[in-house]
Amino acid sequence: MNETDDMESVEDFAARARAWLPGNMPRAADGIGGYKAVRRSDEEELAHIDHCRSLQRRLFDGGFAGICVPRAYGGQGLTDAHQAAFNREIRGYEYPADTQVPTLTPCMSVILEFGTEEQKMRHVPPILRGEAFWMQFLSEPSGGSDLAGALTTAVRDGDEWVLNGSKIWTTGAWWADWALCLARTNWDVPKHRGMSVFMLEIHQPGIEVHRIEMLSGSREFCQEFMTDVRVPDSQRIGPVGEGWAVAVRWMYHERTIAGGSRYVTSPAGQPAVALDPTGGPPALLPLLRSRGLAEDTRVKEEIGESRAITLVGNALTGHIAEQIRTGAASEQWAAITRLWYGTTAARNSTIAFDLIGSSAVAWSEEEQDLGEIGIRFLMRQTSCIAGGTTEMARNAISERVLGMPGERRVDVDVPFRDVPRNAPSS
Amino acid sequence: MFTRSEDQQLLEDTTKRFLEAECPLDKMRDLATHSSGYERTFWQRGAELGWTSLVVPEEVGGGSVSDQGVRDLALVAYQFGLHAAPGPLTGSNVVAAAIGRWGTREQQAGPLKELLSGEAAGAWALAEAPPNDALGRIELRAAETPDGYLLEGVKSPVEAGMDASYFLVTARSGAGLSQFLVPSGAPGLRVAPLHSLDMTKSFARLEFDHAQLPRCSVIGEVGTAAAAVEWLSDLAVTVQVAEMCGAMRWAFDTTLEWALNRYSFGRPLASYQEIKHRFADMKLWLEASLAIAAQAADAVDRDLAERSELVSAAKFYVAKYGLELMQDCVQMHGGIGVTFDHHLHLFLRRVATNTPLFGTPGQHAARLTDILEAREGPR
Repeated sequence: MNETDDMESVEDFAARARAWLPGNMPRAADGIGGYKAVRRSDEEELAHIDHCRSLQRRLFDGGFAGICVPRAYGGQGLTDAHQAAFNREIRGYEYPADTQVPTLTPCMSVILEFGTEEQKMRHVPPILRGEAFWMQFLSEPSGGSDLAGALTTAVRDGDEWVLNGSKIWTTGAWWADWALCLARTNWDVPKHRGMSVFMLEIHQPGIEVHRIEMLSGSREFCQEFMTDVRVPDSQRIGPVGEGWAVAVRWMYHERTIAGGSRYVTSPAGQPAVALDPTGGPPALLPLLRSRGLAEDTRVKEEIGESRAITLVGNALTGHIAEQIRTGAASEQWAAITRLWYGTTAARNSTIAFDLIGSSAVAWSEEEQDLGEIGIRFLMRQTSCIAGGTTEMARNAISERVLGMPGERRVDVDVPFRDVPRNAPSS
Repeated sequence: MFTRSEDQQLLEDTTKRFLEAECPLDKMRDLATHSSGYERTFWQRGAELGWTSLVVPEEVGGGSVSDQGVRDLALVAYQFGLHAAPGPLTGSNVVAAAIGRWGTREQQAGPLKELLSGEAAGAWALAEAPPNDALGRIELRAAETPDGYLLEGVKSPVEAGMDASYFLVTARSGAGLSQFLVPSGAPGLRVAPLHSLDMTKSFARLEFDHAQLPRCSVIGEVGTAAAAVEWLSDLAVTVQVAEMCGAMRWAFDTTLEWALNRYSFGRPLASYQEIKHRFADMKLWLEASLAIAAQAADAVDRDLAERSELVSAAKFYVAKYGLELMQDCVQMHGGIGVTFDHHLHLFLRRVATNTPLFGTPGQHAARLTDILEAREGPR
């Protein structure tokens, strides 16, 4: 590993990126200027994902994919500073947004951290080439936040494991390729000690993907039913029974989505997850002006608040990432950023709903975009639920950042078999 | 708040030690009866540490410790907040910065020297009383006369107004905004004390009744001060916000300590999930405040294009969530939190007092929208 010996300087790397981008990546559409709701049909979604694959492939061919991933696995073997420089250069260009989460982080991050040499050689290059999209088989219908309470069971059978159970809230499992799956391999030990993690192909016999219809009409979230799914032991990641250690890091990588992950490519100043592809309340300015409301004090204060949320969020994300990078703060501090994006996205949703008034609850054919604001408001809490609830983030901040006492537990020192749990849901 | 250079760390540490020694919290409460909230010698010794010179150019006697004078000053202000320290920090620095940048040689030779040494205090007479209190609204008139300028109008509230020897007065003249350096004893100027929420700060109402100023009292060119006023205002807000962050830090740390050690129903307060979750929210507000306060200071230091946006975002956020944090800290303490004996109110007073001055959170939010609109170009 003498990758540092002749490493390209950050300046040279940035200059190379600057020269390469114009001829190779499409220009991004302007952010602010008009409110445009984003909703896609299945065909449009598949076309969008294909486009995303091709953008990732372009980065790979140009030598800009997996900037912090070792060269042996198809990456560039460079540093966080190179990734940060690239994120500055790619401002104003399209980028493979949907590859970043959950494929690159947390999934690829987990593979890089816990995978064997063979597993990394096999799985990382296709990810970087845009050929494989990964999803998380983590939550279960039996309990949302209590991930270590997973009921999905893996039983060893020779060189294989047989999986049975159900996972839920996987975005896009209907078109994705692979999944990381947390399963129980021992029911006779306490919950955190009887788990293991597997890599599995989503589209195979025994896995039935069911699409969940959200109240917004979206059918992006899925539930999977696994019946006697056979997974070779070579696809187990991390030691048997130590899956919770993998899961803890997995959730850490998930919390870095909003900022701080070294594997994420996204234009600097924007969180990796496009929390609001519509541009948020400031994008409503032209409409409000046409309604003669641009000088209204309440309108100005609410749009200004939304703008402040963006600016403070950028400052906070950089501040926390820097503290973690320098070791001044533990990685647990990522929960602060998670709480920020959950609560402020909800606030933005409320502001937009408030500003639009009655058009958000009853709209004409021409006002479809405004009706979408009402629907997004109904979905408001998603930002505080998906990716670990804000309550879990508050637990992490209070206990692991501030050192406050942990909650009293009734499920740690007894065999998982004996822990009270929900009746199986249908 | 942000990464400090060695010299900045030294400035902050000496300030901290000095304030710890000079401003014990028991003494701060006793200062309630003192007219200006501090002793003149305290301020002069602080000036020796650098408190008054950080945003004044070196050529005229000032000097930062790091070439980042605004950030240096923000660190001092943060320590002021952390110790609920008294003194005309904002006023003296703003007036000194204005004279240092745009003042005449005479102004720089006399008044500026006194401000730098701490011998005199300065105060910025910018704000006007309702209904003239919109952000950036100036109604005080300066009319040109054969001998100079005639000032007519009211400025209120003026922070450090009772102990200032020099006022920087922002006025409207025919052509636009102008700034004047006015000694506290100027004829036609009446300085009346105001009551103040913050016991360690003095406020005054200034009435200019046919106040005749000599020609040499102008700072900069008459009628062209708008950009300077905006810069000084961003500077003042930056200092204010850093100070609020310090006060929030004290309240947060003290309240966390309290919750960990205070037992109720046989267990520490800190073991209740409701309490824990409120601390998690407060931690978020504190860190976000520190982060945006640092960015605002940096933007003013380097006069970035985003300067005003970052300053207004900082004022909006820190004032709004800073007050929430302070009141939540009171709530965590229960009854003791609203007594005079507990120190908490010194910090609550500081944050509350800073909140509406130099622009309310709402006014700064509206300013952010104005900036967005201006960027989008003509309609």
